[in-house]
Amino acid sequence: MGSRGAPHTTNRFAPLLAISPLGMSHPSLPPSYAIVPLGERALEVVLGSTVDRHTFHRVQAAVQQVEAAPPPGLVECVPTFTTLVIYYDPLVVAYHAFAEGVAKLLAGTARWPALPPRVVEIPVCYGGPFGEDLPVVAEHCGLAIEEVVALHTEPLYLVHMLGFVPGFPYLGGLSPRLAMPRRNSPRLKVAAGSVGIAGEQTGIYPFETPGGWQLIGRTPLPLFSPERNPPTLLQPGDLVRFRPITAEEYNALAEKLL
Amino acid sequence: MSLHVLRPGMLTTVQDLGRPGSQRAGIPVGGAMDRLALRVANLLVGNDSGEAALEITLLGPTLQFQRDATIAVCGGDLAPAINGIPLPQQRPVQLVAGSVLSFGSARGGCRAYLAAAGGFDLPEVIGSRSTYLPARFGGHQGRALRAGDVLPLRGTCPSPPYRMPKYAGDLRAPRWSAGLRRDYAVPVTVRVVCGPEYTELEPASRDRVFTQEFEVTSHCDRMGYRLLGTPLAFCNYREMLSRGVSCGMVQVPPTGCPLVLMADCATTGGYPRVAQVIAVDLPLMAQLKPGDTLQFQEVPLEEAHALYRRQEGELERLALGLRFKREEWK
Repeated sequence: MGSRGAPHTTNRFAPLLAISPLGMSHPSLPPSYAIVPLGERALEVVLGSTVDRHTFHRVQAAVQQVEAAPPPGLVECVPTFTTLVIYYDPLVVAYHAFAEGVAKLLAGTARWPALPPRVVEIPVCYGGPFGEDLPVVAEHCGLAIEEVVALHTEPLYLVHMLGFVPGFPYLGGLSPRLAMPRRNSPRLKVAAGSVGIAGEQTGIYPFETPGGWQLIGRTPLPLFSPERNPPTLLQPGDLVRFRPITAEEYNALAEKLL
Repeated sequence: MSLHVLRPGMLTTVQDLGRPGSQRAGIPVGGAMDRLALRVANLLVGNDSGEAALEITLLGPTLQFQRDATIAVCGGDLAPAINGIPLPQQRPVQLVAGSVLSFGSARGGCRAYLAAAGGFDLPEVIGSRSTYLPARFGGHQGRALRAGDVLPLRGTCPSPPYRMPKYAGDLRAPRWSAGLRRDYAVPVTVRVVCGPEYTELEPASRDRVFTQEFEVTSHCDRMGYRLLGTPLAFCNYREMLSRGVSCGMVQVPPTGCPLVLMADCATTGGYPRVAQVIAVDLPLMAQLKPGDTLQFQEVPLEEAHALYRRQEGELERLALGLRFKREEWK
């Protein structure tokens, strides 16, 4: 029975707001959050509104809490920048019961120290045929090419989440001096391993796809290998550092990895 | 023993029910666009409902069976025929070695599923035999079928699982068929639940989501369908951070024309999520092609879940009924 003509209200389920009793004493635990239904088979735990490391740790703590004692009906957890999406099976559990189960876990009293991050070094050959847009980026940012490379390789980037395509890392920490809009027209083919900039983000294409990012370099490391376990090189929470290499080193590494 | 691909058809891929559990790695669930049709076809031939089958799109392939086989074709009516004899759909059919399956012009819907008893002897990748075309893995070498391909069928020549009298030519088929099938006639009403960003639409657009007709444009594929209609507007459009999305979600980008995400959609996206097509109506979406029109109808979440549970009950009853028939025949 449709409800056309009736006033539409989204908040048929008012978000469950909860204050964790440990919110004050442990910075990782979400002091407050909202749970909203997300479509038919998921709910969304909203833990923040901006991309920052504090919000990242809140999302990571929530994942750990939920996965330590998965409520009945849980299918999988997907962390994003500011939310945790949790998929459930409606054959096993109804929305309200599942949301309450999740809320109880998030209000739990266990301590969740931040997981020690892995630091992953990604060798990148900058410029030349591997980074066709490097000169354009340098000019747009008013920098010499060497400065672009220095600014790009200096930070330890945080992998906030994976998405967009399998294995693609959303990295936080790009220097604002390197921000640059996407290309006006995307390339039909971007080579696997390409390192690019779009807006204020930097990322690495795991495999060949069309793409509109400004390409500044390429890594021979495979970011996604479906036959391996785990299939992705990076996980949310990893810290990434880019290391500049020469074309010769690139070719040598690429051959070794074949 | 195998299945030879004489002609590949427009887009024929191996699909099953996908690979849930890896979305946090950016790996979509994927799998059959019309999961109901795939499951019914599998049950009819005695497979687990999630066994790998061929998803056939619009213009079907020409396939030759190198051994006897029990098959079933479900989903859209793409005019299948064996050695020129029209193949009854929604039924298990017994064929002899050398039989050639071909398809004609689509008469309703655009995706059909071919299940073979025993399934296909292909490796699983990340827990599934579904083909994920964008990253070229899974199924048959991570790609659509081509002329000359040979697909291994699992197991040896099956004897008919049911009483299957002669149908026509060398074909044997029972007199009964599975009634569990959606009506794919267009225009279609697709039921949705509202999404978290539905209220960000300005009031007139909130109504128009459910009152206006949308047309499927030619930008439609396994990742999603772009719809055309009077553009929807937001109170105050703001770019969102990438958030979780999944199959069936209706996103509205700044253009105001909705995008319905389908089986191979990305796991995250930045456009407002105004609704999600309910699971039992995804088969209706899966059977739409460019030029078809649809309307959305809102249902409460409890109703969506009740419909889903009812459909699962119907599938269980079908599976049970078929098992009894097999026992009777033994």
